[in-house]
Amino acid sequence: MNFRESLRVSFRSIQTNKLRSFLTMLGIIIGVSAVIAMVSIGEGASANVASQINGLGSNLLIVTPGQARQGQISLGAGSLNTLTLADAEAIGKNDSIAGVAPSLTSRAQLVWRNQNYSTSLEGTTDAFPQVRNTEVQQGRFFSHVEVTAQSNVAVVGTEVVANLFGDSRFNPVGQTIQLNKIPFQIIGVLKSQGSSGMTNNDDKVLIPITTAMNRVTGSKNVGSIYVSAASADVLPQAQFDVQNTLRAQHNLRPQAADDFQIRSQSEILSTAQGVTSVMTTLLSGIAAISLVVGGIGIMNIMLVSVTERTREIGIRKAIGATRWDILRQFLIESVTLSLLGGGMGILIGAGAAFLIGKATGMAISISLPPIIYAFLSSMAVGVLFGVYPARKAAQLKPIDALRYE
Amino acid sequence: MKAVIRIEELKKQYRIGDQEIQALRGVNLQIDEGDFAAIMGPSGSGKSTMMNVLGCLDKPTSGEFYLDDEPISEADDDELAAIRNRKIGFVFQNFNLLPRTSAVENVELPLLYAGISAKERRERAVRALESVGLGNRLYNKPNELSGGQQQRVSIARALVNNPLILLADEPTGALDTKTSVEIMQIFQQLNEAGKTIILVTHEPDIAQYAKRLIRFRDGQIVSNELVSQRRWANPEEVGR
Repeated sequence: MNFRESLRVSFRSIQTNKLRSFLTMLGIIIGVSAVIAMVSIGEGASANVASQINGLGSNLLIVTPGQARQGQISLGAGSLNTLTLADAEAIGKNDSIAGVAPSLTSRAQLVWRNQNYSTSLEGTTDAFPQVRNTEVQQGRFFSHVEVTAQSNVAVVGTEVVANLFGDSRFNPVGQTIQLNKIPFQIIGVLKSQGSSGMTNNDDKVLIPITTAMNRVTGSKNVGSIYVSAASADVLPQAQFDVQNTLRAQHNLRPQAADDFQIRSQSEILSTAQGVTSVMTTLLSGIAAISLVVGGIGIMNIMLVSVTERTREIGIRKAIGATRWDILRQFLIESVTLSLLGGGMGILIGAGAAFLIGKATGMAISISLPPIIYAFLSSMAVGVLFGVYPARKAAQLKPIDALRYE
Repeated sequence: MKAVIRIEELKKQYRIGDQEIQALRGVNLQIDEGDFAAIMGPSGSGKSTMMNVLGCLDKPTSGEFYLDDEPISEADDDELAAIRNRKIGFVFQNFNLLPRTSAVENVELPLLYAGISAKERRERAVRALESVGLGNRLYNKPNELSGGQQQRVSIARALVNNPLILLADEPTGALDTKTSVEIMQIFQQLNEAGKTIILVTHEPDIAQYAKRLIRFRDGQIVSNELVSQRRWANPEEVGR
């Protein structure tokens, strides 16, 4: 009996018991489809995060205040306020540094005529477009002079335009708005960047950092300093220079720890990817468990099938089927079940991921490797859990099987 | 005349629980090519065990069994499967056809395990069914056929591989008198054409259609002689 005949016999047996076969496959269908859907969503999200991080700017270093410690207990990143505008200026004097954009973030209440809108506020300098890799799409960014003069000028994101002026096509350049009850003139609109995860990069207002510190928040320190290195080659040198400059600025003794943190874009990226890999491992675990459960279901139904078809096995053996013929027939049947389940699971999972992407606007990445893994593992499950029932069938004695009622 | 089956001092014992059962206690038998033997005996006489051994479904405990001059006693399970496939055609009391499978596919089954191509399988299966008068029932499933038709399908299946011997275990046991005679007519025609047939039955009437009558009792052959008044099957006479 050749492979094709065995396959035909298996399909017929599955067809005869449609509902039962479907219920048997259900375990594998659910497992595989859940994993495919989650992997597609997860991969889409992590690709999105990676592109957002890359979009932060090229050759970027981010300096944040250090963590306050009490004994061995960290009080968390940013629990110290150690960075100042003077630090940022000093960093900018190194040759390895192309630009420095200190940043101070807060919330702001914007009012234009009778419209009222709450958004996030970021104080920065004229280096922002270069360091953070962004442009204005209308008007202009604020100048060095305006930063020094603590001017009341603002650059807004497209989301702010849409919400405050009621129309995203409205040109707000030249309009005066109230920012926390202080009048500001809008001089530019930032080019849209889209959202990364839960943060909408277009929903913010930028003002000179001096204005932000002295007129809006009253803060003496900056929240973080974005530094762009002159080139990718000098990035390690730049990181070293930033560290030395800040240690000198902060009068740290040689044995004292840094009171700031410098992270590069690639570090942030690898952190994000670390999260993804943890998620992948978890998903694989879930997949393995659901496949084992599905496999047990298949084994169960194959054992029932062998008992039900004892007489058929007897007839086939009497007529000349060898043990291998019988073993193969039942093995192909269990593998067919598991592969059908795996295939359906892949389709349902990919479909679900696609629909979720459509409905929520999340990025979805349906890639080939997880589909291939899902397919191969369902096949392995079919073989693994099919061997025992198939062996049982193959070892039946023809006279006993023929006599079975 | 060539001996198709030679059996010498064949013994078979079973163990059921702690009870030893001597099913066959030293059987000697020779069946020649073209013979038509009926095996009779009360239940427990060993005739069914004999049939299983002859059909290579069961191995004897001791003794020699030559089928077509091949020693069977030492063959392993897969060799026995191959022998059953090529040399033996089975006809059972309860037909033993695969359910939900058309007549022609049932008949193809032995050829499938013999590794014959799909096209040749179909041709030979159709010819075998035509030879038992079922050329118009090729695609009917067993539950769409009468008992007599089912038994004829199973005869076609037994014949399709052109086996050395035809083994029929109570082939008329589940059929009415007229259909039984029809089946016996097919057997007689096959035997006239040269096929060796061994038939197990407990009906003396049916045994009358064979050439030779072998009686079993207590695991031994008690008589082995030619049928004195052989009958020729004629379904037209039945029920008149």
